[in-house]
Amino acid sequence: MNPEPQLPRAARVFVAFVPLLRANGFAVAPEQTTTFLAAIELLGPRDIEQIRQAALATLAPPPERRATFDRLFDLHFRGSEAITRDDEGEDDETVRLQEERRDGEEPLLSDEASESGLTATRSEALVERRFGDSSGSDALRRLTREAPRRLPRRRGHRRMRARRGPFADLRRTLRDSVRSDGEILRLGHMRRRQRPRKMLLLIDVSGSMKSRTEENMKLAHALVQAAPDVEVFTFGTRLTRVTRPLRLKRREQAMNAAAHLVSDWDGGTRIGDALQAFLAVPRFGGYARGAAVVIVSDGLERGETDALRDAVAKLSRRAWRLSWLTPLATSPGFRPQTEALIAIERFVDDLVDGGSSASIVAHILALGRRRAA
Amino acid sequence: MAVRSNIVGIDSPEALEKALRAAYYLADEGLATSAYLGLALGKPLLLEGAPGVGKTEAAKAIAAVLGRRLIRLQCYEGIDASAALYEWNYPRQMLAIRQAGDESIDIYGETFLIERPMLAALRAPDSTVLLIDEIDRADQEFEAFLLEFLSDFQISIPERGTVRAAERPVVVLTSNRTRDLHEALRRRCVYHWIDYPSAEREARIIMMRASSVAEATARAVVAAVEKLRREPLSKAPGIAEAVDWAEAATLLHKGGARWPDAFKRSIGVALKDEEDLHFISPRLDAMLAEATA
Repeated sequence: MNPEPQLPRAARVFVAFVPLLRANGFAVAPEQTTTFLAAIELLGPRDIEQIRQAALATLAPPPERRATFDRLFDLHFRGSEAITRDDEGEDDETVRLQEERRDGEEPLLSDEASESGLTATRSEALVERRFGDSSGSDALRRLTREAPRRLPRRRGHRRMRARRGPFADLRRTLRDSVRSDGEILRLGHMRRRQRPRKMLLLIDVSGSMKSRTEENMKLAHALVQAAPDVEVFTFGTRLTRVTRPLRLKRREQAMNAAAHLVSDWDGGTRIGDALQAFLAVPRFGGYARGAAVVIVSDGLERGETDALRDAVAKLSRRAWRLSWLTPLATSPGFRPQTEALIAIERFVDDLVDGGSSASIVAHILALGRRRAA
Repeated sequence: MAVRSNIVGIDSPEALEKALRAAYYLADEGLATSAYLGLALGKPLLLEGAPGVGKTEAAKAIAAVLGRRLIRLQCYEGIDASAALYEWNYPRQMLAIRQAGDESIDIYGETFLIERPMLAALRAPDSTVLLIDEIDRADQEFEAFLLEFLSDFQISIPERGTVRAAERPVVVLTSNRTRDLHEALRRRCVYHWIDYPSAEREARIIMMRASSVAEATARAVVAAVEKLRREPLSKAPGIAEAVDWAEAATLLHKGGARWPDAFKRSIGVALKDEEDLHFISPRLDAMLAEATA
């Protein structure tokens, strides 16, 4: 029996970095470990920064988790020398808003960097929500069942064979004609294939929405599971993209991962600022383009409504359809009372009931059927 | 993993950085390192970043450094194999069938094959660089197809057989990150996130690209675009816009416009979205005064 080949001592420290990354939620494939080692060998690194560059290039952490990656790197390769840099919220996706802050300068945006302990700020009530594990309601089951058929679709640019259609399928026509000595007896057709339309769900998780937050998160999870192209953000005193945790199949896992990520549950609301921050990141703003955008919020905005009105106006111009679902609109003859809802009313396509999972699901499933007038 | 010999004379990230500078591209250490690793390990280089940070330019500069032809495949929604690999020239084939009469004819010969970028790169791997631009615009089916291409660098044309690259082609992919790419694609490549350059570097880029611009002007423009990039704009000014702005303002200044005013009058080359202009205009004067101070 041969003993297992031993790693050279020098390589061990590099290989050992990979499990540390994996333990912190970075996906690293064996192939990448090999490439990382090859890179180190190639560079014959002269300093720690070169090792960092090689690690970044080959282990490819997602940009929004760069700060976490750097912290782990320092911890692993510098050990006790580790410098705790003040890079809180300094990832490339952090937006510091220019307006005067009531509560001091604080980043409004956090993404998937799961630093819940690190990025919480003084002014935020430090809440980490625990979601219970109640069984799925009828509304969610309905969403899962009917989503594939009923969610909005649009014409894509890929073509498919069809009996009739605006494009000629020359490849097939030629193949057929070979059999008949070059005579074209039948022209093949193609048409554009239907694709699911992008959806964007923005969920208010502030204190005034507290009673609905858990149900709304479950609904978001069901929607992400049921449709291929859904993005979900939560907002309260900051804005957090929660799409990635919600992609986990098992609901309990997904809920916990999301709960861990969002640090402003049940706090205050700065809807206008949150939406402005959303629009300020080009990548996020792009999610809204041509999408069915659904905002679930009571619109209880503290302070100025200008930022909110501007942001909603911008969103509505980008979106294919913009729906605002508020728990306050329970009756059909609902007229907005809050200043914020009055300000945004003319920019939204729908201002309807968002007070129960059943009503939200009903609205989402009806999106594809009719365009708002 | 064998180190490749196709980057003769460039034996370190620093050497590549220098060569890129000679090709008028100022790369930072991170980009130089990943590009060097990509070339040396024979892996595709995936560059991600906001629009306008110089991803496509980097690919062009790499091609220039290697002295190779750049083949660009611009992705779009609905791009498929016939646009990326090859297509048959159907009208010509049909004509040929008719003209042949009773003679036998190979309608799948080279004359009827239309070469698309990926096939062109496979056939000339040692003299080309393949740029797959804005891969995030393509759909996931195409991404899966690309993944296959990048793993074994061969494609099969049903009517003709398999085309295999004699050596691994140099491939650069770019993404504006309008959607998350598949993890597998990131793993297959050497990855680099390109950020906006530091103020120092951007000022140098401006002066390198626009020789008429004075250093003070370049610095003022950089200070102003840095401020603009922090605003919630639908189209933040990229490096090219910063260069254009510096040039335009310089031109106006030579025509007699005073300084902050020259910037203000030429803002249209930096911000091209009417809504963005409208949004910034109340604060533009203060911003420019601060930038030119």
